[in-house]
Amino acid sequence: MHTKEYPVIWLQGAGCTGCSVSILNAVSPKIQNLLLDEVVPGHQLNLIFHATIMGGQGDPVIKVLKDAEKNRKGGYILVVEGAIPTADDGIYGTIGRTGDKHLTIKQSVLDLGSSALLTIAVGTCAAFGGIPAAEPNPTGCKGLKELFIDEGVDTAVVNLPGCPLHPEWFTGTISMILFSGADSLDLDKLGRPKLFYGQLIHENCPRRADFDKGKFAEVLGDSGCLYKVGCKGHYTNADCPLRQWNNGVNWCIRAGAPCLGCVEPEFPDDTSPFYEKITFEDLR
Amino acid sequence: MSKKIKIDPITRIEGHLAIEVVIDDGVVKEACSTGTLFRGFELILQGRDPRDANRLTQRICGVCPSSHATASALCIDDAFGLTDKIPDNAKLIRNLILGSNFLQSHILHFYHLAALDYVDAVSAVGDLALFVPRYEGDYRVPDEANAELVKHYLMALDIRRKCQEMLSIFGGKMPHNVGIVPGGVTEKPTEDKITNFLWRLNEIRDFVDNTYIPDVISVAKVYSDYFEIGKGCQRLLAYGAFDSSNGELFKPGVISEKLEHETFAPENITEDVKHSWYADSTSGKNPAQGQTKPEPKKQKAYSFLKSPRYKGKVFELGPLARMVSNYVQGHAKTKELVDSVLGEFDAGVDALYSVLGRHAARALEAKLVADVMVDWLQVLKPGEPAIVESHIPDQAEGIGLTEAPRGALGHWMTIKDKKIDRYQVITPTTWNASPKDDNDQPGPVEQAIIGTKVKDTDNPFEIVRIVRAFDPCLACSVHLLNAKGSELGVFKVV
Repeated sequence: MHTKEYPVIWLQGAGCTGCSVSILNAVSPKIQNLLLDEVVPGHQLNLIFHATIMGGQGDPVIKVLKDAEKNRKGGYILVVEGAIPTADDGIYGTIGRTGDKHLTIKQSVLDLGSSALLTIAVGTCAAFGGIPAAEPNPTGCKGLKELFIDEGVDTAVVNLPGCPLHPEWFTGTISMILFSGADSLDLDKLGRPKLFYGQLIHENCPRRADFDKGKFAEVLGDSGCLYKVGCKGHYTNADCPLRQWNNGVNWCIRAGAPCLGCVEPEFPDDTSPFYEKITFEDLR
Repeated sequence: MSKKIKIDPITRIEGHLAIEVVIDDGVVKEACSTGTLFRGFELILQGRDPRDANRLTQRICGVCPSSHATASALCIDDAFGLTDKIPDNAKLIRNLILGSNFLQSHILHFYHLAALDYVDAVSAVGDLALFVPRYEGDYRVPDEANAELVKHYLMALDIRRKCQEMLSIFGGKMPHNVGIVPGGVTEKPTEDKITNFLWRLNEIRDFVDNTYIPDVISVAKVYSDYFEIGKGCQRLLAYGAFDSSNGELFKPGVISEKLEHETFAPENITEDVKHSWYADSTSGKNPAQGQTKPEPKKQKAYSFLKSPRYKGKVFELGPLARMVSNYVQGHAKTKELVDSVLGEFDAGVDALYSVLGRHAARALEAKLVADVMVDWLQVLKPGEPAIVESHIPDQAEGIGLTEAPRGALGHWMTIKDKKIDRYQVITPTTWNASPKDDNDQPGPVEQAIIGTKVKDTDNPFEIVRIVRAFDPCLACSVHLLNAKGSELGVFKVV
């Protein structure tokens, strides 16, 4: 059977590499499968650029980007990790050079984004700006969609926020694209697949019974619902309670830690102080 | 004849780094190390709830977030007056979380960041787009051993993942654990978790003992000239880490080029800015008083990194520094491990100051940490407290010193009106990849490159092998230290 190949370019902006590390934690498929195998029968990814793991360096790898832009127009998936610094025309973040000129993250994302089949913003920084865009946003960081709107790029953006994102939110989205095509993705109004971001943490929380009974932790380390010690699970849309993290070993609330609301566009400015109760009224 | 080489980006590291060298008659005469991303983390921290620094600073780096979790927790504990009250359970669980992060980071570094400079992945798996283009030529490992190392590259992906899974037993999740908090950790240890952790750890220890360390040795045997390459400044600094009732596993220490040990005191740290994009008037300050006045158009500056120095001298940080610090202070297990590996090569301690010495120190350190984690698990007290209550003081100062996989890490904080007034982070890569200081002394990575013979300037393996041996983490390193009220100026990174 002929294998359909999907070239993938993974660009890193203003971020911490945590989302890449999270993808390395994927279990089924594993990172080895994503790199080497047909992820679903007849369909295979072809990662042609990822600065953290690729073989080459320097000018030759920048040429890979330039070649893709020119020769693979409309034929590759662009994944962006990290926010995009836009202040002073993006000079706060560069990923290499073209000739003697610095190549800014902003320019690369716009050039490669314009020619991409589809873009995927992995992590909250790429989706909504995240921590680099938190007050006072020193480098004018933006999420991918906001940048595209401002600069008139109309390539579709799928948002997979999370700090970091869960690896299965990525592998699951890739599976939907490979099986059924990008048009099949059912996204919420923030561009997130409803399959993963369609329910509140609160709806599926194992401490929900404590909330309903009014049994609240007063300080960290207590049993009971973590609402009073700052849990943001009541307005955070993610399937962490069902999916759990790190191969199902644990997740934030199960470990006794309040949800930070890390998949929401309000993270971190309006989901903090992290250990203070925030009511629905505060949010409005 | 003189030739300039720019390698931008340096890949297979964390973050955005560029290296420029000038080569004269085949030998590097000058080297410049430049961080190319700036986020302004410390500005973002200003005015926030001091406890939130523990969550936010982890996001400085997704490869070593637990180090920032640890440093910030120690810093907050100090500012809140909790340092002496932290329960032993909490100290041990913090150690287990940080230790697991060391293991995942060191294994990732050798197999997935560094190994492709030595191992010919293309000959083993074919022309996978991810592995080409690349430097061509100097791949020396014989076919059969090469194929085995590529297999281990894939196997190590599973093992490093399992380190994260083990970590999340107490840490909740990775990257960015939620277990370490001001005052301790979120959960008491239980017997089932301890046993669960132990058996995951045993699998990882088996890999470190029987795969990782032997692989480093077998690569070193084929590339033994790299015991002579990348010597560096030969002065080493460790803040120390992994405190327990047995004292610290990593001994703090200042080690001279003659292997003399001196007691470490954080007051002796200063940061120079002559070659960084900051006002010269702010140069030479200790981080507790540090100021930053950005000067975008400053002539002859070439980096967003400042130049941290100890008593005005250049120091290297990292596994090499920690292992030598422990070695000269007589730590028995360290001495045994180091001597046994040096014995394989008939080499003295001097050989450690090299590309291969740094890889070997990292692998041995992984074993040291993994083995002692078994002991920490056994002295945990199931069901007993692992946190103390904390209250935000109106005014306070705090300092948190620990070790990250890449070297010593410090957080400094000032609290005013219960909010963060100033937060400052100096990371190991800020030291290691620093530009020249006020006395024009090049930073440790720059010194390690200068004087190196480059055989093929189109494929300068020597330079990238030296740089990657330091395991640079740029996301950690480029930050703005904000003097109160200072505005971020307009930078031009040209």
